[in-house]
Amino acid sequence: MSVVAKPNSFRSGPDERGRFGVFGGRFVAETLMPLVLDLEHAYTQAKADPSFRADMGSFLRHYVGRPSPLYFAERLTAHLGGAKIYLKREELNHTGSHKVNNVLGQILLARRMGKTRIIAETGAGQHGVATATLCARFGLECVVYMGAVDVERQKPNVTRMNMLGAEVVPVQSGSRTLKDALNEALRDWVTNVADTFYCIGTVAGPHPYPMMVRDFQSVIGDEVREQIEEAEGRLPDSLIACIGGGSNAMGLFHPFLDEPEVAIYGVEAAGHGIASGLHAASLTGGRPGILHGNRTYLLMDQDGQITEAHSISAGLDYPGIGPEHAWLHEAGRVTYLSATDEEALEAFQLLSRLEGIIPALEPAHALARVIELAPKLPSRHVMVVNLSGRGDKDVPQVAEILEKRRT
Amino acid sequence: MTTRLSARFEQCRASERAALVTFVTAGDPDHATSLEIVKALPEAGADIIELGMPFTDPMADGPAIQASGLRALKGGETLVKTLALVRDFREHDRETPIILMGYYNPIYIHGVARFLDDAKAAGVDGLIVVDLPPEEDDELCLPALESGLAFIRLATPTTDEKRLPKVLGNTRGFVYYVSITGITGAATPDFGAVSAAVSRIKRHTPLPVAVGFGVKTPEHAAAVAEAADAVVIGSSLVEAVRTSLDGQGRATSETVDAVANLVRALAKGVAAVRKAAA
Repeated sequence: MSVVAKPNSFRSGPDERGRFGVFGGRFVAETLMPLVLDLEHAYTQAKADPSFRADMGSFLRHYVGRPSPLYFAERLTAHLGGAKIYLKREELNHTGSHKVNNVLGQILLARRMGKTRIIAETGAGQHGVATATLCARFGLECVVYMGAVDVERQKPNVTRMNMLGAEVVPVQSGSRTLKDALNEALRDWVTNVADTFYCIGTVAGPHPYPMMVRDFQSVIGDEVREQIEEAEGRLPDSLIACIGGGSNAMGLFHPFLDEPEVAIYGVEAAGHGIASGLHAASLTGGRPGILHGNRTYLLMDQDGQITEAHSISAGLDYPGIGPEHAWLHEAGRVTYLSATDEEALEAFQLLSRLEGIIPALEPAHALARVIELAPKLPSRHVMVVNLSGRGDKDVPQVAEILEKRRT
Repeated sequence: MTTRLSARFEQCRASERAALVTFVTAGDPDHATSLEIVKALPEAGADIIELGMPFTDPMADGPAIQASGLRALKGGETLVKTLALVRDFREHDRETPIILMGYYNPIYIHGVARFLDDAKAAGVDGLIVVDLPPEEDDELCLPALESGLAFIRLATPTTDEKRLPKVLGNTRGFVYYVSITGITGAATPDFGAVSAAVSRIKRHTPLPVAVGFGVKTPEHAAAVAEAADAVVIGSSLVEAVRTSLDGQGRATSETVDAVANLVRALAKGVAAVRKAAA
């Protein structure tokens, strides 16, 4: 790990080149470069436009259903016998996850830019569903690229996207998961430059995407600040969220980065275990490289060839991570942990039984570390977990795994 | 300064024809066969060799070159082996320029300074790195120029008049005009529009302009040769590799000839267009 000078603020990035320290940037083909610059310009203007912000606010409230509740998980807290656990209920948003916050912003931006065709990549299908939903709402053509492996394991979401009028393209190249869906979306964008807007689902890709997606997702952390103030009269002691690309985590973390007394934990997917080599933990098991338009931590071999990620959760099954997370990792501001498939499955079942909330497998990874951390902490410790998505999409997959074990 | 690249373009100009640039992937379908293919290219009529450095995630490439890269990786090709291939080729041919083409990550992981030293020592003449736009010039472009390697930039239909000087600024060797918005081997370009674009670029630079992406047949090659200083062919050559393989994806006695014969036909197409010596 390189030594990073401690900045005055952890919230001032990226710089004008789209970098967080050495991470981020704009590593794209020349064909896309003018488009990326246009997008940056359009986003800067929209951000400063009160009517854009008013539109966002109105749709977040009446269409998405924000603010999402901050719920005190009383039985989970009692069961673990330590820290007081609050769940940020992003799974209650329209479409069932935090993804819609970002998609709404990008779709409103696409409309301002006069784009009529929206493309997206998706892993678990949550970003695809959110994109298909908002495209239906605004009458835009929608094409979603999804790895063929993910199409198979997240069928309920494929059906939903189709019902919403989107075209789902199963991607057969490479490892046939999220990274290949991203490659294919980039190939589409490079081909359809005039009318197409690429709606990226996480805090990755070329600048300005990591910044823009973070900004749209920061509504999560902004709400938590107000809600915890109301509930506890103070800031939380810790925050915890799962990380694939890292958008739900960045949305929760960003408003708290300059509060040194708030401990922050990100949880990567450890798959079969870091030592097995079959995981999706880019920070824990990867190193810096360049992929999908940015420099960040990646899983790769000696020759710089990208290796396949492994996770039970399609939404975390990505060999990279957002560049701002890479920077926060090296700067030491956020502590990055990991949870295995097995631990996530246990947490999935525990929350379902104790709180009557079936979480998605993605936030089940964060819950797995909560199960370990909370009992060691005093009862006055206030911990906020981002419950980034609901588990309906995972029910068939988890049922099949549990069924196999019984027989 | 005379380089292998400038000498080759000068030679082609003197023979009143456009140059033929041929792309194949290092290690496709296996290392030994790809060395034989590369060795056969100059005699078949290739003026400049573009050698693909395989990468798992070639975002700007179509299905043909994607598959070609995967065949090479499956056969165990690495960046180190690709540099060795260039070195071996140089023992037989000291004249034909070789351009390495690929993506930044394998170079970054090899180490930029070490890569430039190794490439120079092996006899590489220039680099095309798809995911390094001028905004990232300090990563590899400037160090490459400093070490005497050409850095060949792609200009595209989306590179407008205002942006063109920025794209051409640090470009050396030649300019590679991407004739379509899209991936390699996809749509066939509109040759009229290509001609206009080449003239537009030539107003901004004295460098030769090569045109590629979507150029597949000897007829396409001839059409591009009307407008450009060089014609780049890639996808159809790696397709010729693929169709020559046996059921298990191994090279056959036909593989090298399949590529060489296609190059001969393409060279004929290019040579049929007589260009006034400048």
